Amino acid sequence: MDKQVKVYSTPTCPWCMRTKQFLKENNINFQDIDVSSNQAAAEEMVQKSGQMGVPVLDIDGQIIVGFDKEKIKQSLGI
Amino acid sequence: MHDLIIIGAGPAGITASVYAVRKGMNILVITKDIGGQAAWSGDIENYTGYQFITGPELAGKFEEHMRKYNIALNENEAVKEIKKSDNTISVTTDKGTYTAKTVIIASGKRTKELNVPGEKEFKNKGLTFCATCDAPLFAGKTVAVIGGGNSALDAALQLINIAKKVFVINITAGLGGDAVMRQKVEESKIVTVLNNAQVTAILGDKFVNGIKIKRENKEEVLSVQGIFVEIGLMPNSEFVKEVEKNQYGEIKVNFRNETNIPAIFAAGDVTDVPEKQIIIAAGEGSKAALSAFRYLAQRRI
Repeated sequence: MDKQVKVYSTPTCPWCMRTKQFLKENNINFQDIDVSSNQAAAEEMVQKSGQMGVPVLDIDGQIIVGFDKEKIKQSLGI
Repeated sequence: MHDLIIIGAGPAGITASVYAVRKGMNILVITKDIGGQAAWSGDIENYTGYQFITGPELAGKFEEHMRKYNIALNENEAVKEIKKSDNTISVTTDKGTYTAKTVIIASGKRTKELNVPGEKEFKNKGLTFCATCDAPLFAGKTVAVIGGGNSALDAALQLINIAKKVFVINITAGLGGDAVMRQKVEESKIVTVLNNAQVTAILGDKFVNGIKIKRENKEEVLSVQGIFVEIGLMPNSEFVKEVEKNQYGEIKVNFRNETNIPAIFAAGDVTDVPEKQIIIAAGEGSKAALSAFRYLAQRRI
């Protein structure tokens, strides 16, 4: 079964765009969560990742901070 | 041995790689990331041919162009040292050592750090170097912007619409930057500009909760939840010791992109070229590649 992928991002952040672009290129479905317009989601992201930088990826519970291509690939097995 | 090793894959390095490979040179590109500062830029409206494009999109176009040529590319690799002996230049990275007849340094610039206690511990825990990315996370909070130039003003302007209160902490006697932006910042009711103020420490528990500053020989603590560091850029030139640099650490080049060491060229924001622009970096990259090609052709090596 496909892994559940969530991307916590802001609309203005270049690395968020690249992260989402990368996922799309690899045909990975993901839930895009805009933390700039959703305060509860922002708090959830900070709690999960222990930090305040975007993007944050939640891949089946594994938290990846930033556009870390290698870690993302590894986690998704691509 | 490669004909050419290019260090960096921002606009300068990528353009150099395209030109060099089209000249039939055997090249290797070693870089930490792709796109460089362009990938960090917001809206770009002055790159000829694109009336409007975002930084990540333009960086994506550059990357696509480079990949069209099957160029040997080592990503996520940091160069530690460059040494020249006779006609061979050896480039040592965190993963290995490579040799080439010529090198183009196009390693760009990075954001300058404060170098104060607490900075490392609280990075991304309230302290950020990317206002464009992280500003929305500080809705309703009290924040400090460090710096007094255009990038600091830009960060402050982004935060005016989001934060509850913005301190601008500026080390000089008055704000610099463009008059239009400065006026907007100074007129905002939620902004307090503190001039002649030096940051001495970042304070916090799990996240940032304060900043210590020094003004007129007095230390004070401001209670803030967010800190945006916007004090400019510094060149990624530490790994090359032997080339001549200016007082800012930028590599000195002539109009052919030659450094003081034959066979070592440099291009883009890491050099002392006047004006740092994407289009200039790209043009400099092409010039450097053609100079490296000419260098080898003239010596038949």
